Amino acid sequence: MPKTLGGQPVKYIILEDGSDATNAGKNARKLITEDKVDVVMGSNGVPSSLQIAQVAAETQTPYLCLTPIAVKPEQYKWTFSVPQPTELMMGAVAEHMKANGVKSVGFIGFSDGWGDLMYNATSSLGAKYGYKVVTNERYARADTSVTGQVLKIMAASPDAVVVGGSGTGGALPHVALVERGYKGRIYHNHGTVNAEFIKVGGKNVEGAIAPTGPLIVPEELPANHATKAVSLDFTKRYEAAFGAGTRNGFAGYSNDAVMLLGAAIPEAAKKAKPGTPEFRAALRDALENVKNVIGAHGVYSPTAANHNGLDERARVLVRVESGTWRLMK
Amino acid sequence: MTTDIFLWLTQDGVTNGAIYALLALALLLVFTVTRVIFVPQGEFITFAALSLSLLEAGRTPGTIYILMIAGLAAAAIEAFGALRERAWRRLPRIVLLYVVLPVAVAALVAWAAPRRFDQWIQALLVLAMVVPLGPILYRIAYQPLANASVLVLFIVSMAVHYVLTGLSLVFFGGEGLRSRAFWDAKFKLGVVEISAQSIWVVAASVALILALWFLFERSIYGKALRATAMNRVGARLVGIPIVMMGHLSFLLAAFIGAVSGILIAPITTLYYDTGFLIGLKGFVGAILGGMGSYPLAALGSLVVGLLESFSSFWASAFKEVIVFTLIIPMLAWLSLRSHHVEEEEE
Repeated sequence: MPKTLGGQPVKYIILEDGSDATNAGKNARKLITEDKVDVVMGSNGVPSSLQIAQVAAETQTPYLCLTPIAVKPEQYKWTFSVPQPTELMMGAVAEHMKANGVKSVGFIGFSDGWGDLMYNATSSLGAKYGYKVVTNERYARADTSVTGQVLKIMAASPDAVVVGGSGTGGALPHVALVERGYKGRIYHNHGTVNAEFIKVGGKNVEGAIAPTGPLIVPEELPANHATKAVSLDFTKRYEAAFGAGTRNGFAGYSNDAVMLLGAAIPEAAKKAKPGTPEFRAALRDALENVKNVIGAHGVYSPTAANHNGLDERARVLVRVESGTWRLMK
Repeated sequence: MTTDIFLWLTQDGVTNGAIYALLALALLLVFTVTRVIFVPQGEFITFAALSLSLLEAGRTPGTIYILMIAGLAAAAIEAFGALRERAWRRLPRIVLLYVVLPVAVAALVAWAAPRRFDQWIQALLVLAMVVPLGPILYRIAYQPLANASVLVLFIVSMAVHYVLTGLSLVFFGGEGLRSRAFWDAKFKLGVVEISAQSIWVVAASVALILALWFLFERSIYGKALRATAMNRVGARLVGIPIVMMGHLSFLLAAFIGAVSGILIAPITTLYYDTGFLIGLKGFVGAILGGMGSYPLAALGSLVVGLLESFSSFWASAFKEVIVFTLIIPMLAWLSLRSHHVEEEEE
């Protein structure tokens, strides 16, 4: 983390919410009222993020959210979401399916909010990309078997299957589908892209396709890719600090949030002094007006109507090839 | 629904049902002998399965630390009691049982882990790590309260469950693991392909159930367990050591849990907290069987397994709801039928 942002000295205060949304809300309040912070950033969990967004709106503090909650600027005027929106990510999958003539899609996902999010993204993109979602099967991460769901998908014989799980949880349906002899492509989502997924799935998950941010495979990006230099630099620094192979999307979100701030602060500092409500308001306005901030995940150009501002450059498709995630060419 | 889908689902249901049946038997055994509703039964599955996966990867599983910590805690309790009663002669036995044994197992595992022995030897190592946890847990958590009410014992169970799940997260981490299959073969039976692993599961379950039956019918320990289950006071009067029966039932429960874990590890991805849900379904099976009869509990578990697999086909989002709703009519029927005798008082 840089020591100064936009010429202003920065102090980072880190609190732990223990993945508890109530704690997250309390912590945010503490940071704002006691520590008088100018900006709040954080939480990799959706429920916690929503809590913090509430507090941010109440106290009129800019908030950089690290989960892809769908931020409506009219509702959460002070919240900016750093990660790629689900529709953007799944759009890459939809595009790939269209290019490969997929007309029917089987869906199997977690029986929780993440599964819903994935199902909604997959089915809402269907009309535009010319496919129909034919099953909506659900399973829990702790399930010991998905035979029933998989049989139902096989009976519907879709051209491709989208798995709405995350991490190692995505491996169970994939392995079951392969074991039952499913021959179509199996797509995952950005929550599944980690090394553990491959470790658990082994040979059976070869060929799994998933969208992700470019910082997972910066080495393989074409030289003219907008974020190549930044992504590569970030993974190098991160793995130097935490060990080879530790790169992940979440660390990139924090990095990009700081970069966004770095771009917005000089503008805000012209209008008011840090530590005042005027500065917080100016910072919020500046965040809506920064353009082409190149982060590890993509190029950010947030606007008043879009508090995320990422475009297609923030996503790549990766595929499991001989035991690692590789960029799809 | 076509015939082959029906057969697939049945096969899947029977495989899972066999695991639930084993757990139902363990829960029933522990409950009848000690009146403990043994919520942490599922943790043995988790520990065994995750330890096996880690051993396969050539890493030392955190189970050895859990075992040593638990052993030391039990030794401290025992030693404190012995010192207070000035029963010095008990000390060597305490040290041997609760300190030397766990440390020896831990040392053996730590030595064996990077050497990646055959899968069978790894399974034995897992048993050596997990099974002693049963009696040790009984010593720490339940023996001091052996005469408390069922409710108190249940609350203790919840506490033990949370402690073990917490330790599990610390030592195994949040990501799931899956181990290699013991036997990768597949058999074609008409349209259905049966994996060797599910044959293993069913065969091992049947073998264990038969062994338990043999133990109860033919051995003196089994008979003593049955006597304790029927009437604790009566059993004590005829000279059956109740505490030892408690240890024995927990030993068997841990053994059954560990075996289930080893059986299930190659079939699915297990997480640090997966065991709880599997154990809970075994519990539903035992309740379906009326919480009093071993054959009925096994049958009930089979019903749970089949119901689960068919409901995952028809309405996957409501699978757990369907399975767990099943116990409501059963409990209502059980409580209407029972003529409510408080037999716990002494």
